[in-house]
Amino acid sequence: MRMKFLALAAVALLAACETAPKDANTGAATGTQSSIRPGSQEDLAVNVGDRVFFGLDRIDLSPEARATLDRQATWLQTYGSVTVTIEGHADERGTREYNLALGERRANSVKNYLAAKGISPNRVKVVSYGKEKPAVVGSTEAAWSQNRRGVTVVD
Amino acid sequence: MTTKTRLLLKFAGLTGALFLSLGVAAPQEARAELRIDITRGVVEPLPIAITSFAGSGGRDAQLGADISKVISADLERSGLFRPLDPRGFLQTPDQLRSGDPRYQDWKALGAQALVAGNTTTGGDGRMKVDFRLWDVAAGQYMHGLSYTASPQEWRRIAHIVADAIYKRLTGEDGYFDTRVVYVAESGPANVRKKQLAIMDQDSENHQFLTDGQTLVLTPRFSPTTQEITYMSYFNKKPRVYLFNIDTGRQEVLGDFPGMTFAPRFSPDGNRVVMSMARNGNTDIYTLDLRTRRQTQLTDSPGIDTGPSYSPDGQKIVFESDRGGTQQLYIMGADGSGVKRLSFGEGRYGTPVWSPRGDLIAFTRQRGSSFAIGVIRPDGTGERILSEGYHVEGPTWAPNGRVIMFFKDLPSGDGRGRNAKLYSIDITGANERRVSTPLDASDPAWSPLIP
Repeated sequence: MRMKFLALAAVALLAACETAPKDANTGAATGTQSSIRPGSQEDLAVNVGDRVFFGLDRIDLSPEARATLDRQATWLQTYGSVTVTIEGHADERGTREYNLALGERRANSVKNYLAAKGISPNRVKVVSYGKEKPAVVGSTEAAWSQNRRGVTVVD
Repeated sequence: MTTKTRLLLKFAGLTGALFLSLGVAAPQEARAELRIDITRGVVEPLPIAITSFAGSGGRDAQLGADISKVISADLERSGLFRPLDPRGFLQTPDQLRSGDPRYQDWKALGAQALVAGNTTTGGDGRMKVDFRLWDVAAGQYMHGLSYTASPQEWRRIAHIVADAIYKRLTGEDGYFDTRVVYVAESGPANVRKKQLAIMDQDSENHQFLTDGQTLVLTPRFSPTTQEITYMSYFNKKPRVYLFNIDTGRQEVLGDFPGMTFAPRFSPDGNRVVMSMARNGNTDIYTLDLRTRRQTQLTDSPGIDTGPSYSPDGQKIVFESDRGGTQQLYIMGADGSGVKRLSFGEGRYGTPVWSPRGDLIAFTRQRGSSFAIGVIRPDGTGERILSEGYHVEGPTWAPNGRVIMFFKDLPSGDGRGRNAKLYSIDITGANERRVSTPLDASDPAWSPLIP
């Protein structure tokens, strides 16, 4: 029997490091494009586009999403040592378990497209957050359409 | 030590702590005239007089008074009883301790049932609580029991007495000596903190089981009550875990290559059925907790999730979008003989089989609203119990008469959430908020505590 004991203290420390400096960074980075480190998450988000959006209850990629992923594939070829995790998300208008499965399908749509563009599946992990982590808070179609998404996150 | 031995030991420990002696205070049990018919749609609550269980000493007096309050609150919350204001009572607990009550006095108050009790602490420090129940209209003694336990267990004793009264007057098992595990929520919607929490069904004895650093979802009680299965994002790897309430130990369940979620125990507690998502496909698996063997039950290319066993363990109800939209299906426990159950307009998810076996609760999504409903396992008798902007996640009280679920409403400023637990009778009557210190979702009702 394999046991896993949660090292909560360590997780707590990590979380504190992640959240605390965020505000300070935003201020420092404002307007200084050159401060973006090539191959970083910020580089991907600002210069390439780190996310694609899905239609209601859909997992297929729109032409716009495919264009974004084409740029991501090129970028990933440039930075060949970078590995990423695709986070799949759903909007809040679904049940919890179904949305977890739907987010996983969406993340795999992204992974499969990148694979077809020559990015090794070994460099791409997927994780689904279902409706648990909306990017935009709100109960409007505008918010929901931003939340049905696949986000490429540099590991 | 195997899982089974461990559980048996715990069971023995619990029953040892709470000694129940049957029928000590039952001279001659009369045939019941008084009966609440809870199968009808709307029941007029039964007026019941519950006198103080106060003993003679100062501490026993306080304990006894507290015990009666908990019994009254339990019965009142069920919607089937209307406890009368004790200020109008004409007989003291002392006077009720021996002999028959003055039925005329209680009749005049409008009481149809009368409960009296007593609390004494013995020389060994153990508390003895007894109670008697009378049918006022018929002028007859109905029921009486005596319990011995540690004084710390006074709340449980009160719930057990309330269960006994409920059972004697409705013919159904009670559900007051139970707990609820759920997900406590706090913070902004985009960085929501979620932690496992547990409390008695009346919201007392609340405690957090995890600290909120890791996202946790969908806790479900074991039929043995001391373990919970749930989903955790520990190390950003979403997997189904087992949580031991006594020890706090958490253990990942199975060795699956993809995300596992939507877990539920089999009725005998020996298996956990769950979904695994991999390469964009979600199927249903079981994990045998003794042998750790994993078995795949479905293999459709769609999303198969939300599995829940029938109480006899022979069937599993689940949701699938194999037909195009999310609907309910029933299959054999080995995955054979899949049959579609729901055919209504909209999408159907989160099916949960009633512990009585007669109904399956679900969440329905139609247009811009969600609803909690029930349907018979043969597909007939579909009824909606509660509807709203967002209601989800039904769970059954162990007697199959009451459902708990959560409502998730946008907060006034539109920036956050306002998720709360509610309970409702399966007739659709008596919807009530279940109090929690923080926001709350994903409730799971325990079986009656052994």
